Parts: sequence; C-alpha cells; structure tokens
Amino acid sequence: MTSFLSFINDKRVRDWIYQIAAVVFLVGLTVFFVRNASENMVKAGIASGFGFLWRTSGIEVPFVLTGYTQSDNILALFWVGVANTMLVTVIAIVLATLLGFAIGIARLSSHWLISAIAGAYVEFVRNIPLLFFVLFWYFGVIAALPAPRQSISVFGVAFLNNRGLTIPLPDGMENFRIAGLVILACVLGYSAFSIWARRRQARTGQHAPTLWAGLVLLLAVPLLALTWAVLATRWDIPALRGFNYRGGFAVIPEFVALLAALVTYTAGFIAEIVRGGIQSVSHGQTEAGSALGLRPGQVLRLVTIPQALRVMTPPLTNQYLNVLKNSSFGAAIAYPDVVSLFMGSALNNTGQAIEIIAMTLAVYLVIGLAVSALMNWYNARIALVTR
Amino acid sequence: MNRASSLSIWRERLFGTPFTGFLTLVLLFAIAWVAVPLIRWALIDATWVGSTRADCAPGGACWVFVRARFGQFMYGLYPVDQRWRVDLAGILFVLGGLAAVFAPHRVRLKVAVAMLVLLPPLGIWLLSGGFGLRYIETREWGGLMLTLFISIYASLIAIPLGILFALGRQSELRVIRLISIVFIEFWRGVPIIAVIFLASLLLPLILPGGIGIDRLARAVIGLGFVIAAYMAEAVRGGLQALPKGQGEAATALGLNYWKATGLVILPQALRISLPAMTNEFIALIKNTTLVLVVSILDLLGIAQASLADPNWVGMNMEAYAFSGAIYWLICFALSRWSRSLERQRRA
Repeated sequence: MTSFLSFINDKRVRDWIYQIAAVVFLVGLTVFFVRNASENMVKAGIASGFGFLWRTSGIEVPFVLTGYTQSDNILALFWVGVANTMLVTVIAIVLATLLGFAIGIARLSSHWLISAIAGAYVEFVRNIPLLFFVLFWYFGVIAALPAPRQSISVFGVAFLNNRGLTIPLPDGMENFRIAGLVILACVLGYSAFSIWARRRQARTGQHAPTLWAGLVLLLAVPLLALTWAVLATRWDIPALRGFNYRGGFAVIPEFVALLAALVTYTAGFIAEIVRGGIQSVSHGQTEAGSALGLRPGQVLRLVTIPQALRVMTPPLTNQYLNVLKNSSFGAAIAYPDVVSLFMGSALNNTGQAIEIIAMTLAVYLVIGLAVSALMNWYNARIALVTR
Repeated sequence: MNRASSLSIWRERLFGTPFTGFLTLVLLFAIAWVAVPLIRWALIDATWVGSTRADCAPGGACWVFVRARFGQFMYGLYPVDQRWRVDLAGILFVLGGLAAVFAPHRVRLKVAVAMLVLLPPLGIWLLSGGFGLRYIETREWGGLMLTLFISIYASLIAIPLGILFALGRQSELRVIRLISIVFIEFWRGVPIIAVIFLASLLLPLILPGGIGIDRLARAVIGLGFVIAAYMAEAVRGGLQALPKGQGEAATALGLNYWKATGLVILPQALRISLPAMTNEFIALIKNTTLVLVVSILDLLGIAQASLADPNWVGMNMEAYAFSGAIYWLICFALSRWSRSLERQRRA
C-alpha cells in the first residue's frame, strides 16, 4: 500500500498519468466525432474520399489566371482559387508595405501636421473592421464609379470604371525576360563589387565609390532596361467597343475593391510597426554613430535601419500572414479566391464538406508554416549575438 | 502656460522655417479639399428630420434614413415590443461588470465568479425566451445587439480556453505542450472566415445525429475557438513576463501546480496580459462582422442589408458612415482603455 502511494505520488509517474489522460481524452473525442460524422454522412447520403476532385466542375469563374475553363475538373478549380488568393495577397503585401512605411515614417516626421495626419489615418483604419472596408470599397466606391463610357482614364492606357479596371497586356514576354536577365546581372555585379570594396577597405582603408556603383547598377541600368522592354513590346491596349472595353486584361471590380481594402487597412498596422521599430533604436545609438564619424546617411543605413529591422521583422511577418488570411474576406463580395470558389461553390456542388474544408485550410497552413520557418531562419541570422 | 506662449509654440510647430510653413499651407489646403465637401455632405447639406426618402435634399446626407432604421441597426428584426428584454440584458451585464470591478477587495473574486456563472445563462434566457418569456428565434436577432452578443459570448469561450492553452504551452509536460502548440498554431493559421464556414458546416456533422445546433451558436463557437488561440498568445506574453522566482517561491511554500498557478502566477500574469487581451477583444469585435457570410446580420450586416430596401435606394454612404462610426467609437474607446492600462503597468 505504501509502495503504491509512493508510486502515484512520484512526480514523474503523475506527469505521465496526466499526459496519457490528455491523449486518451483527445483520441476519444476524435473517435466520437468521426463516428458521428460517418453516421451522419451515411444518413445524408454524402460520399467521401477525394475522387470528386477529378469530376468536371462546371463552375464558371469570372477571373482566371490559370487557363481554367468550365469543363476542367474540380482540382483545377481549386488551383484557380489558390492562384487568385496568392495574386491578391502578393500585390496587397507589396502595396501595403510601401504605403505603411510611408505613413510610419510620416508619423515620426518633425512636422507636426504631417505626423498628426499620419496618426489620424492609423487611428482611423485600425479601429474599423476590415470587412467594412471591403464592402465600402465594393458597394460604396467602385459601384459609384462612372460607367465604362465615362471611364477614368489612367494615362490613356488603363481604364477604371464600375466594371473594374482594364489594363494593357503585353503581346509577348520576350523583352521582359531579357530585361530581367540584365537586372539580375546588375544585382550580381553590384554584390560582387560591394564585397570586393568592403574587403579592400578592411585591408587597405581605401574607399571605393559603392554609392555610384549602386546608383548605376541598381537604379539607372534596370530603369533603362525596363523602359526599353516596355517600349519594345507591343501592347494590347484596351479600347472602348460598344458598352465595355475590349482587349487588354480586365481586372474584375471585386479584385480592385479587395485589394484597396487590404492595402488601406494593413498599411495602418504596418505604419505602427515601422514607427515602433524606428523608435526602438535608442538615441544613444545614433549619437554614437555620429561620434564615430559616420555621416547622417551612414548612421541611418549602418546603425538605425539594421537594428530597427530586427525589431520589425517578426510583427511584419505576422502582418503578411494576416494579409494572406484576410484575402479570404473577398468571399463576402464573391472575389473568386480559394475560400469562395472551393469552400463555397465546389462545396455546394459536391457536398463533401470535410475533404474540401481540409484542403482549403491546408493551403493557409502550408503557406503559413513555410513563411514562419523562413522567418525563424532569418531571425536567427539577424538576431543579436549575446554571450 | 499662458495663451501667448501656446500660440507661439503653434507658430513654431507649423511655420518654424519657410519650408515647414510651405508644407503646412499645402497640407492645410489638402485637408480643406477633402474635409469641406465631407462636412458639407454630412452636416450642412444634410437632412435630419422627415420620414421618407422624398424629404431628403439631394447632395447632402439623408440622416432620416438612419433615424427611420435606427431600431433595426440596434436590434435587427427583434420584435419591437420585446426589445426591452435586450435592454434589460444589456443593463444587467453592465451592472454585473461594475459590481465585479467595484466590489470590496475581499469579496471581489467571489462577486466576479458569481457574475460569470449567473449572467451568461440569464442573458441567453432574456434574449431567446422560454420559461414565461416569448420564444424569439436567433434569426430575428441582429444589429449592434448581435455584434455585442457574439463578441461577449465568444470571449466567454475564448478566455478560459485561451488561459488553459497558454498554461499548456508553458507546461513542463511535453505531450500537453505539444497539444497546446498544435491547437494554438492551427487556429491562428487559418482565416476566420473559413472557420465560420467550417463551424456552420462541420458542427452539425460531428455531433450525434438529431442534435440540432443553432446557426448563431455555431458561429459563436467557431469564433470562440479562433479567438481562444489568439488569447492564449496574449496570456503567454504575461506568463513569460513574470519572473521565474514567483513560481519557484510558490512551489517552495508547498503549493501544488494548480494552487501556485491560480493563487500566484495567473493573478499577476493576467494583469500584465490585460492590455493584449483587450486588443484581442477589439479584434474579435471587428471579426464578428464575418458572420455575414453565413447570413447572420450583425451591425454591418444590417447596414449592408438595408441597402436593398426599395424605399431607401442609394443610402450606401449613410449606412456605411453610421455603422462605421459605431464600430470606430467602440474600438477606439477600448483601445484607449487598453493603452492606459499598459501605461499604468509600466509606470
């Protein structure tokens, strides 16, 4: 008896009992749910398995990047949704970062009014639901735009109206590929040059004109290459025929509204991250940099930004993952992303809830885990090395 | 500070150097360019009294529309003669909250627990009926009342569950820690809109046949689980901020895990996490709008639905401005509160 008591009072034994109990409880719950689900599905006559993915989908999608047509199978429909989700996510991240950095830096401006306007913007967007912005842009702004005949023309090549945005489409990508190679060569050349310059400076103290090399290789040549590619390519420019624009690439209004909402909303959060990151670098750091004889630009580049980036990276990553997840808000205005196409239309057609939900969630989880892993690696690389 | 010196400070701020002055003028012009038409629309050219769309002057906001639909914005389709029940439930929740906050220190915990046990069932009884009250289906609920209902009841699921999983994530027991991490990262990794779909489709499927589960309850449970994962991360921040000595001291005094956690660690950790938890609550209020996708009409949903009223065509801006302003006021007040809590703690 005493040995039994001392056995169950042993902390290690108890720890195992608790853990086994937790596992048993979870397994039991899972079995309970799965049994109910299979019973309910048999009763409701719902099939199971992934065979449905190869059935013809028959679902029409207004915005397709992958060349999908109605006669393709449901798996192809899934990829259309994934592509649309990724498209709006990536563009929204780029634009929200630009806008967010601008607002975050404006928030720190020494000019009182600039800082106040940036602050008002941040307080405005952060305290209103994202869905509000999505609906507002879609039903409030885009719907109020003029009809195609009175489109708002952007330099005569792109046209914004209540049916969406029509942009020019290049006839071939050949010139852009060449420009891309040129830019890649420039970036590699610049990296090699700056490594060589840094090594030489460490060895001999001689300074090489990396700034000029950077301006030429990273700014001037790429700009020239892109300009050449744009001019040398034939463009399919949209033109008004009848009641709508023909030619070019038609971006549906749902995309424009969702993108505008994601960008304006997320920028408010990124601005706060940027402000916090820059403010986290103590003033002593800047002063120490100046005391070492660095010029203001060098202090910013070598002292402030590297330290601010270290603080900003984890929350920025979170925001980027939020953009990915928030792109599903498009389902509320029927933007054909993976949630609305697959979890909405495909599920309605097939009724196979469990498989479809699992696949949809997997898209977000896989991308999220991949980004987290990448960011952990990056964080470990730039982390402060302490003893 | 006297008037003259504050004036000179403003002059220095806005017109200190020629360039600053130039920027100020440009910005003031831009603000006026945006604000003047907006103020004219919202206030000067707006129509405030009347009863139909015809009473509204063109070019200005038609606040008559908001007045006519005010009841719907607040209560949805809840029967007019029964709306006192919603008001009563709201008053009871406010009083209960105040009682828990302002009770004498010695009984505060008991009062809080009593309120947590009593109020939620009482609220559901008042709103949905039974036991002498007329039964009102959840599909008739809506508007601001539903936004608050979902936010409060989802956080009643989310906060205990979040605390539990935050503790699990910090646990020494490896299996418990793994389960907690998987739970937290799963729910944090998926979009909330997908979770609401998931809850409305899967909950009826995985429960034993014959148990019907209310549409609104499904949404509340789904939201509760997602927010639980976010709450867990907020609580974890508080747990990690606590010096290790606190737990060790509690153990040295002979307290077991649950006593050490309940009496020493959690009271301190929760105080530290309260601002972060408030921020999650704000996020919850904002995300409640997503119940629109399963056709539950909260404040934003009611505003959106009101656009389809043939008697009030073209009231998009009025509906959005009114509902947006309410969201903004609630969330802004809460975020200010959370920020002042944070400052108190830091001070």
